[in-house]
Amino acid sequence: MTEAIKRPRRKDPQKRTVLPTLPPTSRSRRALAFTAAAAEGRFVLQKCGDCEAVTYPPREACPKCLSMNLEWRDMPEGGRLIAESTIQTSTNVYFRERTPWRVGTVALEAGITVLAHVHGDVAEGGRVRMIARTDKSGQGVLMALPEEETENMADDKQLRELTCDPKHRRVLITDGRTPLGQAMARALSTAGASTVFVGVAETWRPFAGADELAAIPSVEVMALDVTDTVSVNELASEIGGKVDILINTAEYVRAGGAMDRDGIVTARDEMEVNYFGPLRLIQAFGPGMRFRGADGVNSACAWVNLLSVYALSNWPAYGSTSASQAAAYSLSQCLRGEFHGSGVKVLNALFGPLEEDWRQPLPPPKVTPEGLAKAVVGALQQGLEELTVGAVAEDFLTRWKQDPRVLARELTQPEGA
Amino acid sequence: MTATMDADTTSVLPALAEALVAGKILTIDLTHTLDPDFPVIILPPEFGQCARFRVEEVSRYDERGPAWYWRNFTCNEHTGTHFDAPIHWVSGKDLPNASVDSIPVEGFVRAVCVVDCVKEAAADEDFLMTKDFLLAWEAEHGEIPEGCWVLMRTDWSKRSAADYLNLRDDGAHSPGPDASAITFLIEERNVVGFGTECVGTDAGQGGHLSPPYPAHFLLHGAGRYGLQCLANLDQLPPTGALLICPPLKIKNGSGSPLRVLALVEG
Repeated sequence: MTEAIKRPRRKDPQKRTVLPTLPPTSRSRRALAFTAAAAEGRFVLQKCGDCEAVTYPPREACPKCLSMNLEWRDMPEGGRLIAESTIQTSTNVYFRERTPWRVGTVALEAGITVLAHVHGDVAEGGRVRMIARTDKSGQGVLMALPEEETENMADDKQLRELTCDPKHRRVLITDGRTPLGQAMARALSTAGASTVFVGVAETWRPFAGADELAAIPSVEVMALDVTDTVSVNELASEIGGKVDILINTAEYVRAGGAMDRDGIVTARDEMEVNYFGPLRLIQAFGPGMRFRGADGVNSACAWVNLLSVYALSNWPAYGSTSASQAAAYSLSQCLRGEFHGSGVKVLNALFGPLEEDWRQPLPPPKVTPEGLAKAVVGALQQGLEELTVGAVAEDFLTRWKQDPRVLARELTQPEGA
Repeated sequence: MTATMDADTTSVLPALAEALVAGKILTIDLTHTLDPDFPVIILPPEFGQCARFRVEEVSRYDERGPAWYWRNFTCNEHTGTHFDAPIHWVSGKDLPNASVDSIPVEGFVRAVCVVDCVKEAAADEDFLMTKDFLLAWEAEHGEIPEGCWVLMRTDWSKRSAADYLNLRDDGAHSPGPDASAITFLIEERNVVGFGTECVGTDAGQGGHLSPPYPAHFLLHGAGRYGLQCLANLDQLPPTGALLICPPLKIKNGSGSPLRVLALVEG
């Protein structure tokens, strides 16, 4: 079992904040396919298309038959820890600050042996479950976990470096006026967040669930309007130094494309919320989070964008909103680049049609606010950077990965999407 | 009106200026601060919405402009304390000189009558001011003079933001005039405009009156103006003050945020 981490004490104001340092960053272009899969929580390895040999670390050619035909395939997660060692010191500053650090050799069910980070609850010779995750440098790494869940397993020091567990962390949910924002607040509170700040815009307009929201344990309702730079900056001035996870639940969705709309007022509203909203939040909260990426148990660790899956490819029925979501999706990549080196992960949750008023005429299957909130909390606990929620989004992403140009053609057919 | 003043015209303005400097005439600000969080009218969500007041810094003595501070601001023509031109409403759309840039400027400086409805609005948030109510007011304060502004005082401007709009699941609840009052002011008193402390010249439930939104429909249909989101009406006398309310000169503008002032004898 793992010793449960305690809620951190208040920070000593005389102590200098520990700055983020990084585990080794460089990877070959080839190896980034491993990282990209790890960001989704998938464990992939190269398999030779000719001789079927599995290989690791990533290579240009099959070490067995020299074929260039190496394909990335999902691998079985099982394995056995055949040797382990606890590192006491390192020339790498990141590890040096975190020793002792456990590593080991794992014989994979996939047929090869790999070096991996090892969870404290795995016994030498014991069965393990392998996970691939991005580390603080944003690169894919392997970690061997106990095969079965152990007590306080998520609190393992090394595992917590790979995850963004809300436990004992302070979360900002940007819009609590909607069922989604309220479901998110509930889920984060249940997940053990020490404080759940929830932004509410325009308190002069009543909204359903206001009293229930304020009554959720750990919730603190704050004035925040993502369309108002002054409001965003004011809140950052107050709590910017203690936001460890930011979840942007603000969204503006309206049906309709470009030609059938009259004027650009609605499109501007979409951009104000969906694009300028996150941009304002990034400018106000990003620098503080980037600075606090290694700030102890409750370090800043994750920025969560909730994006319609139509951010990836425009659905003309919601064409204008899709365009603003595409802008937000593009911005998320910029943010990931700007957070590099801080250890703060950008989690993009791409969801299919949500069960809410502005998507009311759309047919099921739909994602419920509670379902999306649960998925986001799960992804944070796992340390993912890419999440797809709902059957529509999963199918969409599969088609997008197959060929985005074919998907684009499908979406522009009369019965598209 | 001008005929009666002809004899004294040459001395009125210097005397006024002197009285202003001497503090014998006070200048009252009837304007709310343009604030991003000030309520705006909320329409059913299928309709286009009134933009909130927003500011974005262009520079603030920094690398974007080392010696100067300036900002872009955005809002609707009907955000904050604002003026409604006749062209704002469908009933006034075909009138000549009915936009803020083309209406005659004379109407922007006029005498003002302030009708105290504080007690009634406190007792009934949906209070409707009627012709009979105005006649009763006239019985006390004298006939409303031609060409003046009439303002409805409710102390609504003193309410908290949520109570100001007073939105519930059946809409907003705030006082306003009914059709008889507006018709009376236009046809029998020939006022230049009508103003309120609430977010609109009409009552919160004005959409359910006949005609719907009588103040907007009747005033603007008759080429009269509206003022909304006024403040400090409690500092004005029932009669005898002068209102100054020139809107921005926006081409084809349906209205505009503005600074509304009143001159009051101290």
